[in-house]
Amino acid sequence: MPDALLVMTPVAVPFIGAVLALLARGRPALTRAVGLIALAALAALSLALFWRTAGGVRLVGSVFGGWPQPFGIGFVAALPGAALVLVTALVALASAIYALGDIGPRRRRSGYDALMLAMIGAVNGAFLTDDLFNLYVWFELALVSALGLLTIDRRRTQIDGAIRYATFGMLGATFILLGIGMMYGSTGTLDISRAAAALADQPRSAATVIAAALLLGGFALKAGLFPFHLWLPASYHTAPVTVAALFAGLLTKMGFYALLLVFAGLYGVGSGGLPAEQLMPALGLIAAATMVVCAAGALAQTDMRRLLAYHVIAQVGYMMAALALATREGLAAAVFYMVHSIIVQANLFLGAGLIRRASGSWDLTRTGGMVRQEPLFALLFAVPVLSLAGIPPLSGFFAKLIMIRESFDAGMPWLGAIGLLAGLMTIVSMALFWSDACWKDPRNGRTQRPLPRSGLLAMGMLSGATLAIGLAPGWLLNVARLSARSLGELG
Amino acid sequence: MLYAFVGAAIIACALFMILSRNLVRVLLGLSMLATGANLLLSLAGKIRSEQPPIIADGQQTLGQAADPLAQALVLTAIVIGFALTVVLAVLVLRAWRAERSVDSRQVEAAESLGPPQERDPTNA
Repeated sequence: MPDALLVMTPVAVPFIGAVLALLARGRPALTRAVGLIALAALAALSLALFWRTAGGVRLVGSVFGGWPQPFGIGFVAALPGAALVLVTALVALASAIYALGDIGPRRRRSGYDALMLAMIGAVNGAFLTDDLFNLYVWFELALVSALGLLTIDRRRTQIDGAIRYATFGMLGATFILLGIGMMYGSTGTLDISRAAAALADQPRSAATVIAAALLLGGFALKAGLFPFHLWLPASYHTAPVTVAALFAGLLTKMGFYALLLVFAGLYGVGSGGLPAEQLMPALGLIAAATMVVCAAGALAQTDMRRLLAYHVIAQVGYMMAALALATREGLAAAVFYMVHSIIVQANLFLGAGLIRRASGSWDLTRTGGMVRQEPLFALLFAVPVLSLAGIPPLSGFFAKLIMIRESFDAGMPWLGAIGLLAGLMTIVSMALFWSDACWKDPRNGRTQRPLPRSGLLAMGMLSGATLAIGLAPGWLLNVARLSARSLGELG
Repeated sequence: MLYAFVGAAIIACALFMILSRNLVRVLLGLSMLATGANLLLSLAGKIRSEQPPIIADGQQTLGQAADPLAQALVLTAIVIGFALTVVLAVLVLRAWRAERSVDSRQVEAAESLGPPQERDPTNA
């Protein structure tokens, strides 16, 4: 397959699938098949795309209308994006398998498959775009399909959660739009690599710094970073658990990827370019506050979904800390952390869904006994739990290790120390989570319901990926280093 | 310059409205915010001329002309902003039907899970 076409497929395949699922809307069995086939095809194509770009090659893909690059709208597959597309496909496939036992015909008639495929397509679009305005459009598309998924049961709690999500999402999107407008005004182009080159040439002006601040605000809101983090635990937990897992894995990381693109790619942070110096201390402070506040917030929760939602944000705080270090190795740590976190967060939500299914409650104090009833589940679930806590042979350990070691090397040891503190709180919270759900006897002696095979299979896929990264972190670290280099070369 | 001040004023008013407790006012504020952003976006294209970007008869190069790219962007942003406003309006309508209120303090079913022991385990 020609490269130009291959670059487009991670966006095109989910959207074609979404259209087919929409056409077959009344027939749940058919839409389910469409969803699974589209995601399986997406996984294969993403693997091919990753294979082509893994050496650090930059594929410039299909430009609509045949216009030359700065004018036409193009897709670009370079390293961090292509790797993230692959991980997205993995998580989407696992959640679709999990959905076999979680999303029934009623939700499928409401359009679950079409909305889910559209969201995956939008997320992939954001990972593969080379154009600031396109980035904004993909974010809006992801927001609309996420709102559809969030309100799929039309329950009161879901409508309320969706209002919060929509309000904050629209606010963030408008700030992104304003930032893009300022950027266009000062560089005269929307193409990221061209804008980066234009910014490197011109002296720093108020307009570029304000644009950076607006983009930081908008994308930080999307990623759930500290001052804007409250909407996330307030809305995620109302969605069906498969949807919450997808959101936790993908949507905040999409926001952080955009931050990475803007600060590392556009402003040359971490590659000796012209950094938005006035903003760099703010980045560090935001990261530190996010890590500590959200890790502490997680300790206070007993509702499994809210607890995990706080951890989602705390993990974005670690990525932000890695970006705030403003070194090449820091960027590599951020990319490594992102890949690890997408897999682990989605897996944790899937695990929480299975615990709920067995015990009938989202409340940790009412669960228990999983280790006796479902030893396989307890084992599979221990992998993401320990990985999030950062226990050695798993992916989270290396992600945290690189970030903290680099913070000492880059002369910001306080950030590393705060990372360690938040890490300690994460270990406590995760230890309580696992022992409450798995070890403790169920309090009321309820009989546990058996778990669906599909759920265990989905968790097995993701836990296997986490284990693979943890046992052989070298290749992912290599990919992360190449990603940092390719981000630095944009300018 | 005048346009820029008008845009900033619209955005300031919109932010004030978004901070309101009334969900309808928040909705109107968000749609106003999008309007202000669109005005500033078209300003970013630098209004130099009102001529269409077409090379005049007998000329080889394009003279002073408006920036078509900025206008295309504004057009797209208007459509997207409108679509999202409608989606939010539907959500507010549903919330009003469920709670008979558009006061954001009353619309809190997502938050009020109650103390853990009193929660109905089947209600999740």
